[in-house]
Amino acid sequence: MVQSVTQASLAVNETLNIKKNSIKNGKSGKRICVVTGIHGDELEGQYLAWLLADHINKNIGCLNGTVDIYPALNPMGIDSITRGIPLFDLDMNRVFPGSKDGTMIETVCSAIIDDIAGADICIDVHSSNIFLKEIPQIRISVPTAETLVPYAKMLNVDFIWVHESATVLESTLAHSLNSRGTKTLVVEMGVGMRITKEYCFQLFDGVLNLMKNLGMWSGETKEPRVPAISLNGAVGFVNSDAAGIFVQTANFGDHVRKGDHIGDVLNPLTGKIEEKVTAVCDGMIFTLREYPIVYGGSLLARILCDSSDDIIEKGITQQ
Amino acid sequence: MRKEILYSLKSPYRESLDITGFKFGSGKKSIAIVGAMRGNEVQQMYVCSRLIQELKRLEKKNEISCDCEIMVIPCVNYYSMNIGKRFWAMDNTDINRMFPGYDLGETTQRIADGLFSVLQGYEYGIQLASFYQQGNFLTHVKLMETGLTDSSLLKLFGTSFGIIRTPRPYDTTTLNYNWQIWETKAFSVYTNSTDTINEKSAQEAVSAILRFMYNTGIITKTIHAAYATEIISENSIEQIRSEDGGLFMNKTEVGKHVEENEILGEILNPLDGETVSVIKANFSGIVYFVYNTPLINENTVCFKIIRD
Ligand SMILES: [Zn+2]
Repeated sequence: MVQSVTQASLAVNETLNIKKNSIKNGKSGKRICVVTGIHGDELEGQYLAWLLADHINKNIGCLNGTVDIYPALNPMGIDSITRGIPLFDLDMNRVFPGSKDGTMIETVCSAIIDDIAGADICIDVHSSNIFLKEIPQIRISVPTAETLVPYAKMLNVDFIWVHESATVLESTLAHSLNSRGTKTLVVEMGVGMRITKEYCFQLFDGVLNLMKNLGMWSGETKEPRVPAISLNGAVGFVNSDAAGIFVQTANFGDHVRKGDHIGDVLNPLTGKIEEKVTAVCDGMIFTLREYPIVYGGSLLARILCDSSDDIIEKGITQQ
Repeated sequence: MRKEILYSLKSPYRESLDITGFKFGSGKKSIAIVGAMRGNEVQQMYVCSRLIQELKRLEKKNEISCDCEIMVIPCVNYYSMNIGKRFWAMDNTDINRMFPGYDLGETTQRIADGLFSVLQGYEYGIQLASFYQQGNFLTHVKLMETGLTDSSLLKLFGTSFGIIRTPRPYDTTTLNYNWQIWETKAFSVYTNSTDTINEKSAQEAVSAILRFMYNTGIITKTIHAAYATEIISENSIEQIRSEDGGLFMNKTEVGKHVEENEILGEILNPLDGETVSVIKANFSGIVYFVYNTPLINENTVCFKIIRD
């Protein structure tokens, strides 16, 4: 059943309406929430939302509990290909937990948190941004790792990144819900503005598997794949030092050795190679740049290191 | 005056971004002033350019104290300014959310790092700041409370109000916050406008900054007191929010003293012109902020009032 989570009047003849699809069956009080669309340029979660609603509706007898699907926490953003909240130039995932007597966006965020709070598990699906492609992964901050990693393993992702917590991430949906005791997992997969069907199917299988483990799904499920888990901080960041166009030579998911050639930054005007880009450690490429234009500092790749000896993670992970 | 390129970043297709600083006097790093970090902060850049004019005059007359170096950086992010964007255009990141920066990190982290490395070691730091909210503010000085800067220093600016802000998580990556952590006493000066130039407010800001320099012994030219600065907490400023969306019609002005129940503004239905809501002051006080955009959504802060 489609319900309104919260509403607010916009200036001209329109209401901002955050909606969810609440699918219920059976007597169990178990509830999971699948939320996506905080960032309006991340669309992988849209297809996942459809897959789940379609499959559960068709097999409603297998459900014992409630599945709440929130496809668009930032509907104006998705509607206008805007990452943040249009008009405010504000990253919605920096406004949580919001406030009941705050600005329009703060009241909306507060209502969303109230609506989700109390669920057994919340899954917040992101898809990187338009620049980077990500292998299906779950990002967990160190303080919540003990609680969340067992659930993350049920979700059929390739990689679980346990990263240092940063104060600035305290304003995310996930942090706000986790601090209120609602276990929330952040999924990053694919690339902005696109749908990668295979990743959506992969996470779809993971969600059903999680539901089975929670005792709220009796339908068919698949054995989840065993994810790689980052050792403490063992992620290597490859940033460009030059400006130009990045053309990769390595592929997504490749295992590389430190010093291996993974791409070049080229100068289309002069025909010169500005920078030969190499791997900073031995390991698996789990993030790779999709968008070719780069400045000094642009992230080109992230590598899950085989060993935690030489790499200290320093970049702030995005959420 | 010495003009220096403080940090340079190569672009794939444009000329390089050269962040330029203007230095006056010599010796101990006394005060650094930073203007526009966002592409719409025209007023903030303008205040710095006016300040540079004043400092040139002072330097000619030997009115900058010995062993004092003053640095002004009028515009950090002119790349965005030149193409009509507010944030770093490639990834829409805000340089003022990237401090202390990271030299091996993302582009705006590198810019922040390059900038921050030249901003460290100054005794005082002033940022000409702007709000994300669309609106006009009373000229004031703000201190992010970290426990590292003595709040009574706010009085040395002589603006009518000095405001103390309790930092929120997202404030911890601003220049102001990190300046304080790295032992510079840092303040933010807010003027009446951002995208447009407000001459009167710019002059107030320039005077406030010069007054601060005089009161701290950095310049010798006397800048007389303007106001006995009242120091208040940001949390004590009352916010009035719109009860409806529509067309916002302002009926008051920044700096005005208003009485309880005085009409501050109205919201009209944008299609048929009917008044849908009348906004009144719940108490008497000084108008500190007025929303300045014709369209308004529900629950938007349209006035802030410093209660009597
Ligand atoms: Zn996202």
